[in-house]
Amino acid sequence: MPYIATDHLRPSADELRARIPGWGADLDPADRPSVPKERTDLPTGAHWLIPDRQPERQPRERSVEHGMLPPVFGTTAPLHGVSGLVRGFAYKRFSEGQTAHWLLLVLGDRIDVWGARVRSVREGRPDNPFAETGVAAELRGHPVQSRLGRGRADVKHAWLDPLLVVGPAALVVAATAVLARRRG
Amino acid sequence: MQAMVYRGPYKIRVEEKNIPKIEHPNDAIVRVTRAAICGSDLHLYHGMMPDTRVGSTFGHEFIGVVHEVGPSVQNLSVGDRVMVPFNIYCGTCYFCAKGLYSNCHNVNPNATAVGGIYGYSHTCGGYDGGQAEYVRVPLADVGPSIIPDGLDDEDALLMTDALATGYFGAQLGDIVEGDTVVVFGAGPVGQFAARSAWLMGAGRVIVIDHLDYRLAKAQEFAYAETINFTEVNDIVLELKKQTDWLGADVVIDAVGAEADGNLLQHITASKLKLQGGSPVALNWAIDGVRKGGTISVMGAYGPLFSAVKFGDAMNKGLTIRTNQAPAKRQWPRLLEHIAAGHLTPRDIITHRIPLEHIAEGYHLFSAKLDGCLKTVITFED
Repeated sequence: MPYIATDHLRPSADELRARIPGWGADLDPADRPSVPKERTDLPTGAHWLIPDRQPERQPRERSVEHGMLPPVFGTTAPLHGVSGLVRGFAYKRFSEGQTAHWLLLVLGDRIDVWGARVRSVREGRPDNPFAETGVAAELRGHPVQSRLGRGRADVKHAWLDPLLVVGPAALVVAATAVLARRRG
Repeated sequence: MQAMVYRGPYKIRVEEKNIPKIEHPNDAIVRVTRAAICGSDLHLYHGMMPDTRVGSTFGHEFIGVVHEVGPSVQNLSVGDRVMVPFNIYCGTCYFCAKGLYSNCHNVNPNATAVGGIYGYSHTCGGYDGGQAEYVRVPLADVGPSIIPDGLDDEDALLMTDALATGYFGAQLGDIVEGDTVVVFGAGPVGQFAARSAWLMGAGRVIVIDHLDYRLAKAQEFAYAETINFTEVNDIVLELKKQTDWLGADVVIDAVGAEADGNLLQHITASKLKLQGGSPVALNWAIDGVRKGGTISVMGAYGPLFSAVKFGDAMNKGLTIRTNQAPAKRQWPRLLEHIAAGHLTPRDIITHRIPLEHIAEGYHLFSAKLDGCLKTVITFED
């Protein structure tokens, strides 16, 4: 019967309880740990009102939406080089609400990757695409059986992926070459 | 120490890094004994999360042994076996004081819209993660818990994110007895969300994906009906047909940023990075849920905008509930469910790989080879 919800597909509670371990154990919202969403009576183990301030051993970038540097922060991979300038500008100039903030961070990521490739050659430990992409897993991972004849949505457009990943870089290289030739 | 290190999209390697130091009086250094690769790690691996820096170590699901503690640590001692929630949080800020641990305001200088997460880019605070032999655990009196006697290490590992997030996602659905619950995504979090929906009294649970082996797992592990969206012309229409033409009461998006099924969305988001995420599953959720229904989103999206069909959401009077899971808040109840046999987390693990082969582990998971559902990284004792 259209437009009237029916129970014809729903098994009874007894049937579900018999078939599914724990069915209904959390029927009462009071048994659900995140209900209600906000609670002020939860013990956390904290013995401070504000955590001690972590020493800022080198200037730490922060979102302009923070009134001050939060007391605790990560210190891995600090800003450096050209990517650091781009990322630092994104943090200093634009709030998180500005698209430019995120697009500059994405640009910084790409510059960082290219810089790392150059550095890795200079330092005598060049990137090894075969090892770093983990494609060796294909040898034991049943690559054909895993992909073909299974209707996977991603396989249908897999042929496009290399073009999309390499295409923009190839276009930049080609355009640079054309420009250089014209000027030369 | 050996650590997984990001080298750029689709490229990682194992490098020698310094063992992390105590940088804050309430830090602990944990020697990692098990870590996992999370579906959301793939967003980083694919270069989708802004400010993911070369040299960073991923990994927000890990357990280990306390190796060193800072001077103000009171609740942990060297040698304790601990599980560490993926959230870094202070416990006392405006948000933590309300139980919103995943929204802590004191641990992430880089962004205010998200809290701190181990190994999840500078957008989430710039912390190294646990896919390494050692990891810095800030605010150690708040986050980690000693692993209870009798709890399997791999069950403890999955509580640090995947299980807690799936269970939390079901809670966000505000499920009432008899509800038809649809879960988009049959990855680990989707499997746990589907299984958890039954605990909350669902009358039907339908899991949707395009990977047949994961749907088979959803039938067996999560007792769910399944639909392969590539086998129907229109998944929204199919859902309407299966729900008396009304739509599901609750839809859970356990897919997030790299959803497939719409070429334009997938390419602009996953390949060209012009959107914060490909909201295919989210749009299907909006159109597949009934009017007045609830959508739960704990699939991860990036901070850029996404092309979401918000008009439909508004006109249908939907409730959309979202968040990163406050993992530790779920633990007491999850421990009860595991002890009672209601949840069997480690049943979803399909691969165990030593740290030295982690690049292959990522490729296996990313390319969905060999029936890969959940990969655990193992470490030499």
